[in-house]
Amino acid sequence: MEFSYTLAVLIIPILMFLFLGLVGMKLSNKVAGVIGTTAMGIVTAIAYAIAFTYFFGDSQGQVIDGVRQQLEVVNFTWLQFTDNLIIKLGVLLDPIAAMMLIVITTVSFMVHLYSLGYMKGEKGFQRYYAFLSLFTFSMLGLVVATNIFQMYIFWELVGVSSYLLIGFYYTKPAAVAASKKAFIVTRFADLGFLIGILILSFYTQTFDFLTLTSNPSSMISTASGATFMGCSVMAWALTLIFMGGAGKSAMFPLHIWLPDAMEGPTPVSALIHAATMVVAGVYLVARLFPLYACEVGVLEIITVIGAVTALYAAMVACVQSDIKRVLAFSTISQIAFMITSLGVARPEIHEGVGYMASMFHLFTHAMFKALLFLGAGAIIHAVHSNEVKDMGGLRKYMPICHITFLIGCLAIAGIPPFSGFFSKDEILVAAYSNSPLWGIWLTVVAGMTAFYMFRVYYLIFWWNNPDYGHHTPHESPATMTIPLIFLATVSIFAGFIPFGEFVSWNRETYTIHLNWTVATTSVLVALAGIALATKLYMKENKAPAAMADKVRGLWTAAYHRFYMDELYQFITHRIIFGCVSKPIAWFDRHIIDGTMDMLATVTNSASYAIRKLQSGSIQGYVMVYFVGVILLAVITYICLI
Amino acid sequence: MEITMYMYLIPSLIMFCCGVYGFITRKNMIAILISLELMLNAVDINFVVFNRFLFPGQMEGMIFTLFAIAIAAAETALAIAIIINIFRVVKNLDIRDITKMKF
Repeated sequence: MEFSYTLAVLIIPILMFLFLGLVGMKLSNKVAGVIGTTAMGIVTAIAYAIAFTYFFGDSQGQVIDGVRQQLEVVNFTWLQFTDNLIIKLGVLLDPIAAMMLIVITTVSFMVHLYSLGYMKGEKGFQRYYAFLSLFTFSMLGLVVATNIFQMYIFWELVGVSSYLLIGFYYTKPAAVAASKKAFIVTRFADLGFLIGILILSFYTQTFDFLTLTSNPSSMISTASGATFMGCSVMAWALTLIFMGGAGKSAMFPLHIWLPDAMEGPTPVSALIHAATMVVAGVYLVARLFPLYACEVGVLEIITVIGAVTALYAAMVACVQSDIKRVLAFSTISQIAFMITSLGVARPEIHEGVGYMASMFHLFTHAMFKALLFLGAGAIIHAVHSNEVKDMGGLRKYMPICHITFLIGCLAIAGIPPFSGFFSKDEILVAAYSNSPLWGIWLTVVAGMTAFYMFRVYYLIFWWNNPDYGHHTPHESPATMTIPLIFLATVSIFAGFIPFGEFVSWNRETYTIHLNWTVATTSVLVALAGIALATKLYMKENKAPAAMADKVRGLWTAAYHRFYMDELYQFITHRIIFGCVSKPIAWFDRHIIDGTMDMLATVTNSASYAIRKLQSGSIQGYVMVYFVGVILLAVITYICLI
Repeated sequence: MEITMYMYLIPSLIMFCCGVYGFITRKNMIAILISLELMLNAVDINFVVFNRFLFPGQMEGMIFTLFAIAIAAAETALAIAIIINIFRVVKNLDIRDITKMKF
């Protein structure tokens, strides 16, 4: 088979995980790091080769009549329960999978390289690299999954690796709490995902993505007539599957784990919580998009959730003081852009531009958000603090970091010719073509994006010159600056990739035309946001504080993330623990345990009462025994006569 | 005079009753062990006799007896070992002194 070497991108990382996890402690930090990074470099090269062959290679069946084919490169039966219930494992290559291979391996490789400098001298360096390999393996397995069950397995594996890496500093209570929170919240969402999978495959009798998506309307109609609470069963199934995606992608109201997940090492935030794992939800919806396209109601739910999340996260990001929190909320907001874009996509409107725009934004966002996180890591490394008040005026000390961070900010703000402009423009086109409401909504959020990114940019690099403590900040080592420069270069030029030629909802070629009205509006709004940030935050002044005082209530609410965590705390502690768990605990302790205790007590007292019979005199026992035997014999004899 | 089954069974019964009597009344543990062997041998005789008179030409009873003798030997060795160990602890072989195994 032409693409069978695709398996190598899965096998190398899992072998690296086993190798570094089992014998890593025997190696020195540096050797372990270099081995891990080299292996990741090889995986990256293979992934590039796969993507290149898939998109540009000729006549191996990738393109038939202008439609890019979905190739099942490997697909073997893993578990066979009955004739229908078969779980397979394999590799599916199609445009979005190939694109994700590039995104994951690039960012992962950059993070491996960057961590050589960032994590230098940390305890558990080898463990860190082992977990990075495990994550890379799981994420690659997720994107090439041939069936929804394989995806679910790898979905959980990325959840586990995320848990392990957030809790990397396991002696820090905040990190432990954050890792648990991330795991439990996403697990809760995955419960919905699992139920959705079961409903979907119960009616369609298949797990296979190809079978599900090649003829979606007939798949939907397998459950025709079956309804639950007034909605068709398929709509329920797809909504529940989206719930899993919303949990992973931190959509409102399941977003609460992502800001806390920033307790992990910063490169991990760049890899998992910005570029790859959190877009798994977007990828899931994109993977099943033909099915969603048949259930327009579900797409509308997705749109609303995405739009609400985008606005909510942007509002919160405007007032946060922790640099990683700002980036976390910015990530939530940007992923919400992708989700909304999928939600507004309709095959019949504008050739399904929303799908292409979502994937395009996923690609560019992964690059510039990884860049921003790695830049933030370099800054945190230099000043040993996450708080923006400890930064300021850093442009003089860290020129490379300053320039690359600025590029990242320009890209996310959507200023041409940086990559974010092109992808965000496509999203806005898709939103306008669905309904002006969503178009205007997203344009406003895009303006806020520009504002809060430049707010944090000015607070870090301009503002004032605080006391940096015992030493002045300095530029990071080359292992950290090279990834920054590389990702910055990609962020500048990625927008010029004719993305529509590679990825579109029906896998045909889609030619991107810039819509000048939309583009001009969005650029003007972004410039306005930047101008406002410049006016307020370029030099130290009292205006931001005065403005915050004017809208004190809103400011405080946004600073506390609109009390979502407190709401969850209330629901879980007061309502679930208080009203549900406590009675159950009482029942368990008093009824179930009580029955068992009573049995034990009765046995105990009965045996205490008859223990005197055991005298210890052996001959006494034998006597009783023989008398008993004789009595039995006599009774038997009498009865027989 | 014809030899009948009862000629064997009655001595065997007497042997068995002697064993039971000895087991219950003797205070020396070695003597108790000997009584136990007496009972076992009485049962062995019964096996052989029943085989000889009720199922002539078959060997099951004989074989069973051989097994019983082997097991009895092993069991005696075990019992002797236990008795020796008890003697080391209590310096005495009187069964009335061995009452540790009660509640």
